[in-house]
Amino acid sequence: MSFLLTCPNCGVREVTDFAFGGEISSRPKARPSFRELNTYNYFRRNTAGVQREWWFHRSGCRAWFIAERNTTTQEVLFTALPGSEPEPAA
Amino acid sequence: MSRLPEQPGERIARHKQITFTFDGKQVKAYEGDTIGSALYAAGQRTFSRSFKYHRRRGLMCCAGQCPNCMVSVDGAPGARACTEPVRQGMQVEHLNARPSLEFDVMRATDLFGGPFTPPGFYYKTFIRPRRLWPLYEKVLRNAAGLGILREHQEEREWRTEYRRRHADVLVVGGGVAGMAAAAAAAERGADVVLVDEGPELGGRALIESDRQQLGRLVSAVKAGGVEVLTRACALAYFDGLVPVWQGDILHQVRARQVVFATGTIEQPLVFAGNDLPGIMLADGARRLAALYAVAPGNRAVVATTTDRGLHAALALERVGVQIAAVAQLRPDPGPVAEELSRRGIDVLAGYTVLEARGRKQVDGVVIGAVNGGAGERTIACDLILVSGGAMPASSLLLQAGAQTRYDDTRGHFALTDMPAAVFAAGEVIGFDEAELVERSGRLAGLDAVHALGRGDAESQAAAETVRAELSAGARSASVAVAPGVSGSDRGKCFACLCEDVTTKDIAYSIEEGYDSIELAKRYTTVTMGPCQGRMCQLPSVRLMAQQTGQSLGDVGTTTARPPWVSVPMGVLAGRPFEPAKRSSIHGRHRELNGSVKWAGDWRRPYDYGDPQGEALAVNRAAGVIDVSTLGKLLVQGPDAGAFLDRLYPNRFSNLKPGRIRYGVISSDAGRIVDDGTICRLDEETFYVTTTSSGAGAVEEWFSWWLADWGMRVHLTDLTQGLSAVNLAGPKAREIMARVTDLDCSNEAFPYLDGQQAPIAGVPCLILRIGFVGEVGYEIHFPSAHGEHVWDALLEAGSEFGIRPFGLEPQRILRLQKMHIIVGQDTDSESTPYGAAMSWIVKLDKEEDFIGKWALEHYAEEVPTTSLVGFTLADGHVPTEGSVVLDERGSPAGQVTSSRFSPVLRRVIGMAWVPTPLAHDGARITISDEGQTFSGEIQTQPFYDPAGEVLRS
Repeated sequence: MSFLLTCPNCGVREVTDFAFGGEISSRPKARPSFRELNTYNYFRRNTAGVQREWWFHRSGCRAWFIAERNTTTQEVLFTALPGSEPEPAA
Repeated sequence: MSRLPEQPGERIARHKQITFTFDGKQVKAYEGDTIGSALYAAGQRTFSRSFKYHRRRGLMCCAGQCPNCMVSVDGAPGARACTEPVRQGMQVEHLNARPSLEFDVMRATDLFGGPFTPPGFYYKTFIRPRRLWPLYEKVLRNAAGLGILREHQEEREWRTEYRRRHADVLVVGGGVAGMAAAAAAAERGADVVLVDEGPELGGRALIESDRQQLGRLVSAVKAGGVEVLTRACALAYFDGLVPVWQGDILHQVRARQVVFATGTIEQPLVFAGNDLPGIMLADGARRLAALYAVAPGNRAVVATTTDRGLHAALALERVGVQIAAVAQLRPDPGPVAEELSRRGIDVLAGYTVLEARGRKQVDGVVIGAVNGGAGERTIACDLILVSGGAMPASSLLLQAGAQTRYDDTRGHFALTDMPAAVFAAGEVIGFDEAELVERSGRLAGLDAVHALGRGDAESQAAAETVRAELSAGARSASVAVAPGVSGSDRGKCFACLCEDVTTKDIAYSIEEGYDSIELAKRYTTVTMGPCQGRMCQLPSVRLMAQQTGQSLGDVGTTTARPPWVSVPMGVLAGRPFEPAKRSSIHGRHRELNGSVKWAGDWRRPYDYGDPQGEALAVNRAAGVIDVSTLGKLLVQGPDAGAFLDRLYPNRFSNLKPGRIRYGVISSDAGRIVDDGTICRLDEETFYVTTTSSGAGAVEEWFSWWLADWGMRVHLTDLTQGLSAVNLAGPKAREIMARVTDLDCSNEAFPYLDGQQAPIAGVPCLILRIGFVGEVGYEIHFPSAHGEHVWDALLEAGSEFGIRPFGLEPQRILRLQKMHIIVGQDTDSESTPYGAAMSWIVKLDKEEDFIGKWALEHYAEEVPTTSLVGFTLADGHVPTEGSVVLDERGSPAGQVTSSRFSPVLRRVIGMAWVPTPLAHDGARITISDEGQTFSGEIQTQPFYDPAGEVLRS
């Protein structure tokens, strides 16, 4: 895996500057069943294709941000600070 | 030394002599020679012994492609003699032959061992009796191999470096096509990097006597400002990143567009004895003559499937090599053959080599009709030139996602689809006339510029013109497809030179059921040697097709994987780099003879020579420890309290300013992540400490949730900016009175209070916590004053018997209090319930918090094991990690901490034990290195169980 990533604060950097936070999952809003809780904790969709994911600029500004990336081609579609990312396509 | 007269493009400087040694003997060379050219000029014909059969191998490709000339240079194995330049005084030695290259006892495997050494023989023959395998393995490892690494290497002389290079266009391959592409792109303003394996640009054009095109293109590259990297190998293609190995530097080249002009690899022919020294690839022999003015032989026979071998015959005849005959596998002669005939050279159409003859080197050849008809001829010669076609060097393109399909007319796998941002030019995509090769290079350069979004109408028009010229000029060259093997009844025919795989081995593996190319590769190791398939991929595919009756297209090729060139591990590793963190007080620890060791990224004193005495000093008088490594986070803002309530299982929003509370961070899976103390400085400000090793992770954890929740909180990591020391012991309060005006009485400054006051003139945050179980003050202050505060405390404490203490006495002291160490006493499966800290979880909190749901679940369950203290009567300190046994003698837990306590005068420890045993007075059995010990459980702290000392 090798590509460039644009930190919303710092700009374009090598991917080795960043830490990967995994695909974005949503934390249950209400008390989940034990099965739902384990699914949230331990299961990943592991998408082969476009997914939204967390990245952390570990060797830079130490900000968390969101990227949309194609996991098979490493094409990064956007990066944005949380709250300013575009709405996911339906 | 026998050299040819001066050649037009020769690399050697005849006025500069160099001497080096080969197996201890002096060899004369010219500057510009390679080890291979110099040795060949000095008459050396055997360069190595083969991997399995220890057969003689000589120069073959003269381009660093085949495995035949691998030697060790100054003790480092793996150099290719044919490309490694000579240096004055270098020590070159052969590999894999004992006692010498000329007399190798392991040759016996070739003469007698053939039937006993089929593929995988070492696992089949030597598998029984099993206990002897270590011995067999030793013998086999000695018999095979590619040199010996020194077990102990002195401080490396070289320091490898990474270099990151961002470019518009990377061109891989500095031949005619690559130079044309680089020049075309650079002329239109692109930032271009051009890499080539050779010492100079030119590629195959360097062996041509007409150097006009070469000179023009080299000038154009120079004029365009292209960055040229020579002796530089592109190793792989990783999603657009191309690592390029150049000597001690690994360039990580990331270009927006990549042009591959990697050319072709001339293929050998497979016949009986096809590995004998004196058999060379046609271009290899030309390189020896053209670049180093070394005659490859006196009398040669040529066998070729294309014009390439015929051109070689012409070129070598011109420099005085007698061409005894040319076997051309094509049935029709063609114009170049006619030229040879005019010069009196016998060209036999439809012929190929059946057998090479000779003991130490070629002294004759048997040629015969390709289709097996009559007319076999034996010809005396000392050189056999073979040219079995040109295979596109497409590995990097395949790694980039290109596809190949078998091309019947060309007899090889041709590229079909090109991925985005990748272009190919020249011979690798099938152009073989110099003019067309240059045009295809120019087109790739222009296409790359347009893909960058640059260029103009003129460049677009130019590209279209070249594209049209290319499709008009493209025609299929006449080639013959080489047979899988010829003369297989006459002796060993090698499909793979690196691993000594014969054609029989491949047939054998198919018989055993390994009938796909990927399986046969793994079973026979064909294509897995140092040549990485350059010499054996196509021949093994042909053999497999022949054996199984499949078409070559159906057999297919093996997957192309990095690295394309064998590369030293040291280059991939880069510069050894191990940063260390040191606290601002580190100099003092050195002066006090602290035994400094690694603790995570930090260098910390484990003790100052007397861990037991240091611990005792804390319990009896006072001690001071440098705890600057603790993580320190400032959490500020209107939502700060609510934020911490959501991060910790207990409450912080109700903590009063100036008060401290202990907290354990849990994950959403209910597992312990870290622990530390939190002091509320004012309504909106909290000072959070974390473990030393968890500092970075906790900061990331906090900021991640903050990013997700978007609360009105600001985080500042003060870990590096603040130093901290912990002063503890019965005399701590008296010492404090000497260094600060702050009222440190128990009434004015009780346990778990945090106050701000100057100490020795330095503004400090003082936390009264129970870090080591005595009255203690954890003092945080700006790092710049580290030594000053440390000195002031030691000086003020000297009359009270203060001692500095290190990590080891701290472990003893904390264990006495059963203070857990996250990561030592807990692991990634530990919950607060198992760790006997259910009191830390406030499930009655109304708000949601991280870990709440999992902890609710675990609160209702009895944990399988629980963390408790234990004592051992007989004085043995069990190794940390020792196993706790259940009543049946089965492993049921483990010891996590154990020490001898000097103040209690007994062995104490903590262990995870089956929960039914986790009560005071229960007996446990600990198994430590074969012995068992009986311990007694204790659930309350060993020292000051009621915490009266702490609060006094």
